[in-house]
Amino acid sequence: MSTGSLAAPDLTTRRAPGLGGFNLTVLRLEIRRLLRNRRTVLFTMVLPVFFFLAFGLNSAYANEPDGHGNVSAFVMISLALYGAVLATTSGGAMVSIERSAGWSRQLRLTPLSPAAYIVTKMLTALVLGLSSMTAVYVVGGITGKPTMPVYLWVITALCVWIGSLIFAAYGLFMGYLLPTENVMQILSFTLVLFAFASGLFVPLNQFPKLFQQIAQYTPLYGLNQLVHAPFLGGSLHLAWVANAVIWLAIFAGGAAWRMHKDTARV
Amino acid sequence: MTNLDSGSGPRPGGAAQPLAIELQGLHKSFGSVEAVKGINLNVAAGEVVAFLGPNGAGKTTTIDVILGLSQPTAGQVSVFGMQPRQAISRGLVSAVMQTGGLLKDLTVEETARYTASLFAHTRPVAEVLQRAGISDIADRRVGKCSGGEQQRLRFAMALLSDPELLILDEPTTGMDVEGRRSFWGAIRHDTAEGRTVLFATHYLEEADAYADRIILLRHGLIVADGTSSEVKAMAAGRTVRATMTGADEATLRALPGADSVEVRGDTVLIHSNDSDAVARYLLTSTRARDLEIVARGLEDAFIALTSDDTDDNMTSTGASR
Repeated sequence: MSTGSLAAPDLTTRRAPGLGGFNLTVLRLEIRRLLRNRRTVLFTMVLPVFFFLAFGLNSAYANEPDGHGNVSAFVMISLALYGAVLATTSGGAMVSIERSAGWSRQLRLTPLSPAAYIVTKMLTALVLGLSSMTAVYVVGGITGKPTMPVYLWVITALCVWIGSLIFAAYGLFMGYLLPTENVMQILSFTLVLFAFASGLFVPLNQFPKLFQQIAQYTPLYGLNQLVHAPFLGGSLHLAWVANAVIWLAIFAGGAAWRMHKDTARV
Repeated sequence: MTNLDSGSGPRPGGAAQPLAIELQGLHKSFGSVEAVKGINLNVAAGEVVAFLGPNGAGKTTTIDVILGLSQPTAGQVSVFGMQPRQAISRGLVSAVMQTGGLLKDLTVEETARYTASLFAHTRPVAEVLQRAGISDIADRRVGKCSGGEQQRLRFAMALLSDPELLILDEPTTGMDVEGRRSFWGAIRHDTAEGRTVLFATHYLEEADAYADRIILLRHGLIVADGTSSEVKAMAAGRTVRATMTGADEATLRALPGADSVEVRGDTVLIHSNDSDAVARYLLTSTRARDLEIVARGLEDAFIALTSDDTDDNMTSTGASR
């Protein structure tokens, strides 16, 4: 099979792709994959809608004013956020399946940079966050109980959706860190804890002082305050923004770092 | 019996051409386990090289280092004169892994398109699928493909970037004979273009049939390195065994065709291409007795080179499959 004289491979014409290999073909294919997973899509839409129907509709809430609307609207925003972060976390955590299939190792044999891949996966998970958030808002609209000005429906929805990016990164990081078999059980549990600590289910002032103090540093705290801020009015605290940005950086950085290290054979 | 000449093998013209693979003093440890214990290896562009050795010989560990998937504990690695990662991001190197590396929920065509989109320079997806012989299953979900079809898909993915160096890590493990033959047919067809190929295998006949150069690994070291015909020559001939006191090794080495001589106490083992001449000499010119002449196949050469001296280790080598 020796070929004798060979043309020298022309190494000079070869270059690496721009943007670390980030491209729309991959983003489209990743979204298509995600949507093929109908069970996850449905689950992340049904669960927050169920919570909203159970907790957001009683007539006391609908009649009680709050912020620029009523308590029902406040609860809707909360549960849309819960749904969206559950959805993006699930979306992100799907990397654990890829990991166990040796896909991340395969990707390490391509020019794709960990950062480009993490960005792609976060954007993909946002699609899941969008469907979950939209489901809660649409059901909220149909029931007619939540009231707030139209512009606040739009702004709070956008805040919830974009903010859920933090948890796409969380899901990715944990998807790389935790064993595949029980990653979603662990993550669902931690999300419930984060939700309580952020005051999403029950106002924080109903908890002991120490819990309240620790709670301010948990990952959902800043985001939960931020998505309600346009609705409640009042000033924006820098600490909320810092909380959200720092946790995003930790999760996204951690995910890229783990992806870089994930070269184990399967 | 050992031929430590890591620089052998056909070299194409053009001395300025960087080596496809250059390993210097490569060591790799996992905790207290030393998987690779100092490998020096030069592979010139255009060579087709087989890494042959039993499980645990260090084949895959070495390949992982060449691919930049793991960092050497000590030593240097360069691929076309670059760091492995640089060579990969330029699409110069690709690999076909033994298992895994596929997403079940994508179709064959989607998987190839996904992979292609990551490189700056690629061949058309349709053309590559055709070369790998999987055009007809392009729309099939990967999870529904057979093992052989999945392996052809891995091969297609590796061809997309039109790499100068193709690395195959035990690519036919688990395939039946027919599957192996057709897989190698596709590779052979492809490498006729002058691609450098390094493949790990523990199927002796694969190394023999498809490589220009065979490198035998054992316990993390290269124990033999030569063209397949050189390795075959090593395996050809017979071993003459005799009981003989006071044997003079130097005299025995000078015997016709004797390429290895071993003296163990009163036992003498001489491997030679001309066992008749050796036997005649021993019986007529020395006091040797209890003569035995044993033929050694390629399989035995492989086992002898790659296993421990104890017999029970032979059954654990890949060659016994």
